[in-house]
Amino acid sequence: MLAVLLGGASASVAAGDGVPLPNPAKAFKGQQCIEPVGTMRRLHGEYLIHQRDETLRQGIRGKKYSLRQCIACHATTSPDVENGTVRTIQPFCAECHAYAAVTIDCFSCHTGKAEDDVKTGSAYPDIPSHNKRKPWAGKDSSAVALLDSLKAELDKGSPSP
Amino acid sequence: MTSPSNKKAVTPPIDAARRNLLKGAGALTVTLAAGVTLISPARAQIMVRKSGQPASSDIRWGLLIDANKCTVDCEVCVVACRTENGWEGHGRPETDPQWIRKVNLKDKKTGVRVSLPVMCQHCETPPCVDVCPTGASMKRADGIVLVDKHICIGCRYCMMACPYKARSFVHEDVTNQKPYQPRGKGTVEACTFCVHRVDAGRIPACVEACTEKAYGALTFGDLNDPSSEISKQVSRYVTTRIRADLGLEPGVIYRGI
Amino acid sequence: MKKIVYREIEGSSAGFYSLLAWFGLFIIAAGAATLYMEEYGHYVTGMTNQIVWGMPHVFAVFLIVAASGALNVASISSVFGRKIYKPLGRLSALLAIALLAGGLAVLVLDLGRNDRLIIAMTKYNFKSIFAWNIYLYSGFFVVVGIYLWMMMERKMNRFTRVAGLFAFIWRLSLTTGTGSIFGFLVAREAYDSAIMAPMFIVMSFSFGLAIFILVLMAAYGWTGRPLGDAVIKRLKNLLGVFVAGVLYFVTVQHLTNLYAAGNQGVERFILLDGGIFTSLFWVGQVFLGGLVPLVLVFHPVTGAMRQYVALAAALVILGGFAQIYVIIIGGQAYPLELFPGMEVTSSFFDGQINSYTPSLAEIALGLGGVALALALVTFAAKVLPFLPMSLADADIDPHYMKPEPEAEMNEVEGTEKAA
Repeated sequence: MLAVLLGGASASVAAGDGVPLPNPAKAFKGQQCIEPVGTMRRLHGEYLIHQRDETLRQGIRGKKYSLRQCIACHATTSPDVENGTVRTIQPFCAECHAYAAVTIDCFSCHTGKAEDDVKTGSAYPDIPSHNKRKPWAGKDSSAVALLDSLKAELDKGSPSP
Repeated sequence: MTSPSNKKAVTPPIDAARRNLLKGAGALTVTLAAGVTLISPARAQIMVRKSGQPASSDIRWGLLIDANKCTVDCEVCVVACRTENGWEGHGRPETDPQWIRKVNLKDKKTGVRVSLPVMCQHCETPPCVDVCPTGASMKRADGIVLVDKHICIGCRYCMMACPYKARSFVHEDVTNQKPYQPRGKGTVEACTFCVHRVDAGRIPACVEACTEKAYGALTFGDLNDPSSEISKQVSRYVTTRIRADLGLEPGVIYRGI
Repeated sequence: MKKIVYREIEGSSAGFYSLLAWFGLFIIAAGAATLYMEEYGHYVTGMTNQIVWGMPHVFAVFLIVAASGALNVASISSVFGRKIYKPLGRLSALLAIALLAGGLAVLVLDLGRNDRLIIAMTKYNFKSIFAWNIYLYSGFFVVVGIYLWMMMERKMNRFTRVAGLFAFIWRLSLTTGTGSIFGFLVAREAYDSAIMAPMFIVMSFSFGLAIFILVLMAAYGWTGRPLGDAVIKRLKNLLGVFVAGVLYFVTVQHLTNLYAAGNQGVERFILLDGGIFTSLFWVGQVFLGGLVPLVLVFHPVTGAMRQYVALAAALVILGGFAQIYVIIIGGQAYPLELFPGMEVTSSFFDGQINSYTPSLAEIALGLGGVALALALVTFAAKVLPFLPMSLADADIDPHYMKPEPEAEMNEVEGTEKAA
């Protein structure tokens, strides 16, 4: 009985009827990952769990195994995700994790979308100014004049006479 | 050219060290006359921590709120926080998160009114940290109180314990989180002093917005540094803390209440 | 005193299976409620950012408190040596385990992230009484399980006393821990008090015994086994003492709070103008849950009638629910006083009495916990010999005196006459 089952199982695999191997999307940018592929496949979970505690609990920023950096390189568009209009890591992480049936919890809280470029300038262009009185900074002409002269002196590198 | 009345402020001659300090720090703090300081708020940088360095207990972050400057109808800090951290509501005020809110007070006896923002007070001895069963509610070395949402089980005991009603439970699914501010259903969250900005050498969103767009009631800085703006103000004016009787030593300090 | 024979209940009647079916229905409803809350998030419940703990916590705390109290009967026999309670020991321990399981199930299923239960069981912040409680609760199962084993296995009977003592101390720690969940909260005037822990202990005595009495009566009534008056009398008197104890602690708590000017607001709210909370306090907790059972139990007429004892026990249970509701929900309904002496308004409901309407899902979850506890007892009684065959006076009362044998005398006379 067992032999029949085993024989049957191997026959079907040989015929290619098994679960298709995962095909994670190629990275959006970058030539290679921060670690070799084999190492990352095996240890990316450990790296992430270790670094998340360092970042959050100890406040250490800028270390190598950053989830946001993963997303920056590995997020791609996919027709399944919002009709291919946004870059997410769904086509990358989900492929292998679905195959291995390992549920990950990251993206209930972390966004999987690739970040837009960081905006410069005022952080809050849409917030109307509430201060109906004279604005507090930047319009004091004498102060502006002083600042300008100071800047000029700094550039000159010598005190004003 | 400086005008004669301001000439005094410019002398003694600017030497190389001072020049570098003024250039490098980026915080253009200039004494116009005795006791008056001009701060260029948009450029106000606190301190950039080198990457790879942990938060240090040498620093104690604090927020000074001058309630005298707040008005009842101003909610710029709230809007800024909401925009920055992405806690948009669902139109259900009872269950929507509120990291910061404007509280309007009226003295029962005299009728005097005052308005002020209230958020997580980042206490020195936070009761929320004491009661969290898993240790998800934590205080970082530099005094910022955070929720480690990786291990938060959503029991809400910290919400019961907080005297300031600072924390919110995420009652619904969250999408489109800000990349620097992960948040998800079933965990508890609160004001983080915009720790992602602070670590990059900037100031919290509420402080920046209030300074840019409202009345400049908020001042953020290092309470352990006697030369920081907040330390100077705290040592110059009478300040208090909400529920000071509890002895929790919050990092959020108020004037005008 | 005769030897006590324990036997499993037969458990083959239609009544038995329909009882289990009803319990199963409630348990399934609780499961559905949990899935519903997990799927959509807690906004579908009545719990909010103002009322953080709701109906599930009322049920859970009640069941957990009652669980440690249900062990009392066994403790009285093992630790304090009262022989008449000995036959009741096994049921007492079983009920304790079952009630705790039901309460914990409700508590755990209400968590925002109950998929992280493993984290709760591996990462501990030992400053938190919650973390200690996790050990106390899970340890309770082990300790009472061992206690049961000592009671039920003949060879181990000589260790019952030691195991019973250990279990007694453990359950006192457990209830202290549960009361301290509230007592340790500095933020809320309704809770911040050292009296919470001892009050919870006396509450556990009262609620646990009330549930025990009802389960005992039901078990013996429905299986047709005899339940004598001696047992009922002892239990009901004990219940009366415990109910009086709870009333005492509640009085002391509120009187003391009333003396502190800072607590006037919350006391006024609970005792006078809190609407539903005031009604639940005076009518539910004090009157129906305290004074009426006291009268029923100690009055010579009603105290001798089983149905009134059962009624008293049921009222104690209802009053207990009301008490826990007032403690948990009432304590949250009253706003936090951030600015004493000021009228406060905000967009985050500062300064106003918070309202709470329990949702169906929460009530279903709570009732499912009760059903789980009772189902466990019912099922276990069929599988293992927890219940003595007879609790009739003749069989278990050490002071039992046979009634005057007048009938015998007449018989003898009759036969003598005949002869």
